[in-house]
Amino acid sequence: MNLHDLVSRLIIDTRGAAGALFSAPTVDSSLYAFFPELVLCATILLLLLVRIPRWGWRVDTFWIALAGAIVALCVAAPWDHLRTALSATDAANPAAVTRMEIFTGMLVYDTFSVYVRSLLLIFAVLLVIFTKITGIPDREDAPDIYSLFFGATIGMCLMTSANHLLTVFLAVEMASVPSYVLAGIMKGRRQASEAALKYSVFGAGAAGVMLYGISLIAGLLNTAHLPTIALTLADKFAHPVPPSEVMVLVLAGLLISVGLAFKLSAVPFHFWCPDVFEGATAEVNAFLSIASKAAALALLVRVAVGMGTIPPKSYLPGERTAMQAKAGETQLQTAAMFNVADEPAKKTTDESHSASAKTPQELLEPVRSFTAKLIAFFAIITCTFGNLAAYGQNNIKRMLAYSTIAHAGYMMMPVAAAIAMAGIDATGAQRAIAGLAIYMAVYLFMNLAAFAVVALLRNAMRSEDVTDYAGLIRRSPLTVICFAAALFSLIGLPPLAGFVGKFAIFAALVDGYQKVESAGLPGFYLLLLLIVGGLNTAVSLFYYLRVVKIMTIDEEPRDRPPLSYSDVSLGGAFLWVITLPTALLIVSWEWLSQVSLAAARYLF
Amino acid sequence: MTPEFILSLIVFLPALATLGIMLIPSEQKDAIRWATLVVTGVVLLLVFGVYIAGYAPNLAFDPEKSILQSFFNHSWVESFNIDYFMGLDGISFPLLVLTAFVSMLAMGASWSINKYVKGYCILFLLLETGMLGVFVALDLFLFYVFWEVMLLPMYFLIGVWGGPRKEYAAIKFFLYTLFGSVLMLIAILMLYFSSDLSDPLLMPHMEKCYLNVQAQADATAAMSKRIANDQSVQPIHTFNIMALAQIGQHTQQFDGFGIDPATQRPILFLGQGLQWWAFLLLFIGFAIKVPSVPVHTWLPDAHVEAPTPISMILAGVLLKMGGNGILRICYPICPQGGYELMWFVCTLGVVSMIYGAFAAMAQTDFKRLVAYSSVSHMGYVVLGLGVWSALARNGYSSEYWNMGVQGAMYQMIAHGISSTGMFFIVGVLYDRVHHRNLNEFGGIFDKMPYYTAMAILIFFAGLGLPGLCGFIGEVFVVLAVWKFSYLLAILSAAVVILTAGYILWAVQRVYLGPEYKGPHGDHLTPSNLRENIIGTVICVFAVIFGIFPYQFPDGRPSILKYMDATIDAQVRDLAEWTRETDAANRSTAATPTPSAPSNVAANK
Repeated sequence: MNLHDLVSRLIIDTRGAAGALFSAPTVDSSLYAFFPELVLCATILLLLLVRIPRWGWRVDTFWIALAGAIVALCVAAPWDHLRTALSATDAANPAAVTRMEIFTGMLVYDTFSVYVRSLLLIFAVLLVIFTKITGIPDREDAPDIYSLFFGATIGMCLMTSANHLLTVFLAVEMASVPSYVLAGIMKGRRQASEAALKYSVFGAGAAGVMLYGISLIAGLLNTAHLPTIALTLADKFAHPVPPSEVMVLVLAGLLISVGLAFKLSAVPFHFWCPDVFEGATAEVNAFLSIASKAAALALLVRVAVGMGTIPPKSYLPGERTAMQAKAGETQLQTAAMFNVADEPAKKTTDESHSASAKTPQELLEPVRSFTAKLIAFFAIITCTFGNLAAYGQNNIKRMLAYSTIAHAGYMMMPVAAAIAMAGIDATGAQRAIAGLAIYMAVYLFMNLAAFAVVALLRNAMRSEDVTDYAGLIRRSPLTVICFAAALFSLIGLPPLAGFVGKFAIFAALVDGYQKVESAGLPGFYLLLLLIVGGLNTAVSLFYYLRVVKIMTIDEEPRDRPPLSYSDVSLGGAFLWVITLPTALLIVSWEWLSQVSLAAARYLF
Repeated sequence: MTPEFILSLIVFLPALATLGIMLIPSEQKDAIRWATLVVTGVVLLLVFGVYIAGYAPNLAFDPEKSILQSFFNHSWVESFNIDYFMGLDGISFPLLVLTAFVSMLAMGASWSINKYVKGYCILFLLLETGMLGVFVALDLFLFYVFWEVMLLPMYFLIGVWGGPRKEYAAIKFFLYTLFGSVLMLIAILMLYFSSDLSDPLLMPHMEKCYLNVQAQADATAAMSKRIANDQSVQPIHTFNIMALAQIGQHTQQFDGFGIDPATQRPILFLGQGLQWWAFLLLFIGFAIKVPSVPVHTWLPDAHVEAPTPISMILAGVLLKMGGNGILRICYPICPQGGYELMWFVCTLGVVSMIYGAFAAMAQTDFKRLVAYSSVSHMGYVVLGLGVWSALARNGYSSEYWNMGVQGAMYQMIAHGISSTGMFFIVGVLYDRVHHRNLNEFGGIFDKMPYYTAMAILIFFAGLGLPGLCGFIGEVFVVLAVWKFSYLLAILSAAVVILTAGYILWAVQRVYLGPEYKGPHGDHLTPSNLRENIIGTVICVFAVIFGIFPYQFPDGRPSILKYMDATIDAQVRDLAEWTRETDAANRSTAATPTPSAPSNVAANK
């Protein structure tokens, strides 16, 4: 392949067809799939540049941020891409989203990326509105903070579509570095600076460890491209593997899991979480607790599924446009793009076929079993520890930090079930990931509602201690009802939406247990996950209910200064807008289930 | 009028009415109370007018039929096969009437609530929706949602309006029930994922499954494919209680957690199959609600601390949900589990009866005494439901078990009347003298003659005096047990003496004696009109159902006739199941394959 060839293929990879323009790439090109991120980039630039001209100071950057987030969401267009039934002929249409490896295989663009990215962008829209209502940041800081939010969001979008260990690392850093700054955004507050420092030291350490794991993998397998890793591993496991190599692989897996566990705030890599949450503002907490968690889970899915399974059929950018053009053999040749995966993949598939009768998917069984058990282990200790530690907290933000940790544990459970089922029953694995997707969507609303109340009450009473909320229902009943609904939803009590999420997750575990056992493999750990999840639900009742009890049953302190906050306000309206979906989802959630299934369709 | 409309209206009317009540200003306490009373009255009128008096054509409840009536089944969440499925039969209908009746009485007794009347009434109505829904829901998901919906209102009703230790009592109630329902959720999911409507063995029983149109078509199509040995058929799971019962009784799907591919035998967990585990988990969940010793300890606390009307609801309706669940869900769906655990269930029933009676005798708090009497009386229910006397030595005759189940159901209704009355009676006294210490009462007869007459009649109904409603259930259960175990029969008959002991002793200490010497003696005014009406209504029903348990002189059905056909059919099915299972076990024992598990291998 000469240089000219290479360049022209890269151009096709980016724009979709040799003749397409950068300003008008074809619908199945890398650039087109990357538009939402580009919109966010443009918004950041605009936010930073608007202050240069003198009149720029008078512009309220809130509107720029809001417009940017909404445009990005519209470009991501989940309502177009998450249609339910896509037949094989539909999938050949260039405009349909199936699985496509973009930017020479560094990223993967499928319905799962569309789903999680849309959640992140919806959250970005809500968060921007929320910050405007609560007044943090003030006008002077706003451009900086919004650009940090969006910068981290771009990193998170990359996390959801990472297909290469290098992009995994870059995306994690891209999401983390702005978060470090955001944690310390309240200038001059000791606690905030402490939070930022702790966060960045922890983050740097975890990133270094993860990078070490990545280098081990890349060194051993000669590739960092996830699908190629899977094929190479399958190839390795076709023959007896020397124990030293297994040792290195296990070590690499553990080291990478450290980096992921840090982003997930999984025990024992959670220590930053309560301190950062206590120091940072509630707005930033909402961002860390929801967007960051969703992205980290998506990344976990990408890495675990990527290493443990042979991916389903994947298109290359421009391939479908070229096929549609029906220009014959030669045209198709030019459409087959350069891809980091090309050469090793061909070699390994040939070998594995001659070496054994087992398919590569079956050969990867030990990898999946190891990954599923590792995730299950993290899920169990994270969930249990988070719930137990939350009980003793008096600062509401600290309590919600531990609640976030516990929920990360719940959300890791279906991933374990999905990985365990992946080689046995692809539909079951898809349903497990769909369960995770349902939980993520529900979690977005209920947790945002909780942090919104915390922020509004902080503005009203300058306190974030649970005990200061005593008897609040007498002052602002509607807010307390919203808060109670959010907390009960976090417990997972019907008829609130949290129950739907928990139901979907537990269903995935039961399904996984029965399918794995029926395939003759040990599935006991999935049942253990189910029992731990169930008991934790009962334990979590204690601390959520304690807050509700203090607000409703306890007497109001006599010396409370009058609240500068009324139920009937912009803040109250915002609360209701995000609480109502939580309360009403149970009436009809088939659509969410269908969308989630569509999101998981091209993972296995 | 369609059954959908009427039944949904009955269930959701109270919840919808809360929206109207929210609009009434909270100062107008009487308006709120009257509005709530009218809503509960409308519900009772609807139940009575439509189903008993038959004002709506084709919807009147026909006591001669053993099948579901006024049922409807629509698909709700297709991706999880969840149905919006409700209906009435001889088990649920009397309980529905009881719920509507007790709710209205309890609302009538709620005039003594003066704190936050608006919140109280809203929660009360939400509670009523949950209770009504539990009895008519025939889809496990829907059932579970209603089951949990009651928890939140109940928590607040005890926690805000309760006595001195209200917070402790409320959270104890909440935790116990939540723990039980988490176990239930696990069992429900296990049953769901093991169920398969496409099993050809279900073919002869399809009309008893009450599937909706879509599911029926899918199941039939899949069944014919399966008969043609098409391996591609995916199992069709279901939450439909009626269909699950047919699956549990006529197929091997619930024998294990999937099929082991190596041995082709069902997978057991800790040596027990799915039926055993599901029965146990569901039974624990329901036994907590009943409540059975040793999980009864929430009840005395909750009863004592709850305000009078809520105690009435608790004793009158909530406890019946446990019995209803055992009868409708545990036994039909998991007969194998029930068969193996019958001694466990019956022993638990007898222990509850004896322990509850002794504990009641030791109380000095009047309300606590009544609470423990509930534990003792509900022991009869568990015992009656569990006397699996359709055994080989009785010739698989369903007659005695039928009698036991009818006795248990009758006991539930009768206890719903008498214990509601007892809590009301205690409440009337407590409103006047503000204490409940049995040793400080005496001589109430002098001051409140009419009230005392009502009280003594209601207490005698609770005691089980012939001619009053409590007698029928007890005698049926004790007679039925005789064919099951002499020892248990003698023990349960002896409990009658203990019951007489604590009730007569209480009556003597409170109402008889020369004069009242306790605190607040001057507040002992005769009962007012509202109290007299409620008490008299209860007394009248206690007498009517004691004299006419089966039908009225003019041939109109009373309680037993309503439940006769349904219970008879259900018990006969289970007796038939026992005969088949025993026959299968014998033939397995005869063949030289000792390692094969009992009925599965034989049925293959």
